[in-house]
Amino acid sequence: MSALEPQGRRPRHLTIGRVGVYAFLITAALFFLLPLWIMVVTSLKPMDEIRLGNILALPAAMTIEAWTKAWSSACTGLECNGISVGFWNSVRILIPSVILSIAAGAINGYALSFWRVKGANVMFGVLLLGAFIPYQVFLYPLVRIFSMSGIYNSLTCIVIVHVIFGLPTMTLLFRNYYAGLPIELFKAARIDGGGFWTIFFRVMLPMSTPMLVVATILQTTGIWNDFIFGLTFAGRENLPMTVQLNNIVHSTQGERAYNVDMAATMLAALVPLVVYFVSGRWFVRGIAAGAVKG
Amino acid sequence: MSAVSVRDVSVAFEAVRVFDGLTLDIEEGEFIVLLGPSGCGKSTLLNAIAGLLDVASGQIWIGGRNVTWEEPKDRGIAMVFQSYALYPRMSVKENMSFGLRMAKTPKPEIEKRVKQAAELLQITHLLDRRPDQLSGGQRQRVAIGRALVRDAAVFLFDEPLSNLDAKLRNELRVEIKRLHARLGKTTMVYVTHDQIEAMTLADRIVVMKDQKVQQIGSPGEIYRRPANLFVAGFVGSPQMNFIKGRIEESDGSPEFVAGRRRLPLAGYDFTGHPTAGQDVILGVRPEHLDILDIGTWSGFTIDIVEPMGADMVIWCSDREGSLQVRTGGNTKAAPGDRLSLRVDVAQVSLFDAETGDRI
Repeated sequence: MSALEPQGRRPRHLTIGRVGVYAFLITAALFFLLPLWIMVVTSLKPMDEIRLGNILALPAAMTIEAWTKAWSSACTGLECNGISVGFWNSVRILIPSVILSIAAGAINGYALSFWRVKGANVMFGVLLLGAFIPYQVFLYPLVRIFSMSGIYNSLTCIVIVHVIFGLPTMTLLFRNYYAGLPIELFKAARIDGGGFWTIFFRVMLPMSTPMLVVATILQTTGIWNDFIFGLTFAGRENLPMTVQLNNIVHSTQGERAYNVDMAATMLAALVPLVVYFVSGRWFVRGIAAGAVKG
Repeated sequence: MSAVSVRDVSVAFEAVRVFDGLTLDIEEGEFIVLLGPSGCGKSTLLNAIAGLLDVASGQIWIGGRNVTWEEPKDRGIAMVFQSYALYPRMSVKENMSFGLRMAKTPKPEIEKRVKQAAELLQITHLLDRRPDQLSGGQRQRVAIGRALVRDAAVFLFDEPLSNLDAKLRNELRVEIKRLHARLGKTTMVYVTHDQIEAMTLADRIVVMKDQKVQQIGSPGEIYRRPANLFVAGFVGSPQMNFIKGRIEESDGSPEFVAGRRRLPLAGYDFTGHPTAGQDVILGVRPEHLDILDIGTWSGFTIDIVEPMGADMVIWCSDREGSLQVRTGGNTKAAPGDRLSLRVDVAQVSLFDAETGDRI
């Protein structure tokens, strides 16, 4: 007796529909990759070659001169120290802002979901409302408040601003995460004698790794890409990289140094790019879990 | 002096009163089971005793102290939860010692107590593992171990076995009972909706429904002399048979009458005075019905036979209704057979049809 065969024709895997889908996907990918390609090749070309106009062509004489110039000697207005100054300013703004905003959000979320404070829901509602009001509305009042208190145009000032505006999203993120944990864990810790801080640091925080990663990604990219807060609150000494990039691109006299502009732009995008590549998996997971706006 | 005393306690969520003036005294070393369907308030009561919930009024005393406003950790209690509630980022050993470390107990003392508890529960080989490397039964053992090392006078169990499969549940049930016997003077308060757990573990059962205590008594009392229709129906599986009827007077002694079925109540232990014509419900447990060829009540036909190995449940009916009979596993019975039943009047319960209370 021969083995049983499934009857009829085997279903075909490569159908016309399938080919169409792939064609669309490849076109779309090319469409989004094209600008990046142009930026990379342009930044590696000397100006003589750029003037020829073949923007898609590979560089004939490859050089990283534009990159070094962008980093250390491009002019931002009157000074010509490159974008590195802005890079380090951004780092100085980024680190305390990320740490403080995540800490505040985590503690807020923990208190709101476990400690059943009177009026917790109202407070949370008000906080959420803050997340949906356009930033521009706050700018002028905040400038007035900061200049009255004397910290306007300083590192402290810009860090405080980032922490305040990060609070709604961070709180929402952590509150939702903690709300998903069994309340019995909290009860057990209370019977074991844990107080507000011990339960937070010894039980809840060690369990929060996924949310901490997501929060770090969100805050790092958000704060690094910020332009308007940096311009408004940081002061001339602490202008972040985004503001300096704008200055480089728009302050050139005479011939526009496209290769330097491209290199500077890519340098400015480096940090978020690295963050996304390293942690894309976590990022998607966190967005789905916390259901927050990106 | 009682170990735990709940005095006139009311609990309120927002504006809704959950308990109103609930009072309960638990003796030292006693094993008390709070039994009831979900939403009856048994877990709320346990949480109030633990101090995880603020009471609106009344007092809670533990070990002769008024602990109504004390923190959970200061009440001398330990608690075991349904979901185990182990700290996921700590090893078994760290889980068990967390409370002692919080209380700044000296290290050698911690080591000693963890070792003792681990040996008692046979989890010594698991001490360095993380909770996610343990099975459900092992996790619950660790949770019990965490409660043990606290050296508490009162243990609170919140449905500790409900997440386990049937076999493990039986094993751990016996172990909890053994533990209670070994610990001697430790008081245990155990919340469950499982009547088998309640019957097998308890010294006294508190049956609750709709935030009210229905009956407090030993398992035997609860089973044999249920205080009302709810208790009678909730405890016992298969369920007690209920037959609607009324009391009639015949030759100066009361008799239960339902249609053509009659049952003289001469041997029944009344709690009150029955009146002739009163509407009542007769409750008979399936095992208190004897199958006979000729019996008190005749003319039943078998509908379904459920063999359970050691015994057998027979569903039989006549025009007036159906009854369940529990009988020996070797009984010869098949659907369609006719049979008669004999009722032992000393074993039945009578309830007022209106109030549902035992009479």
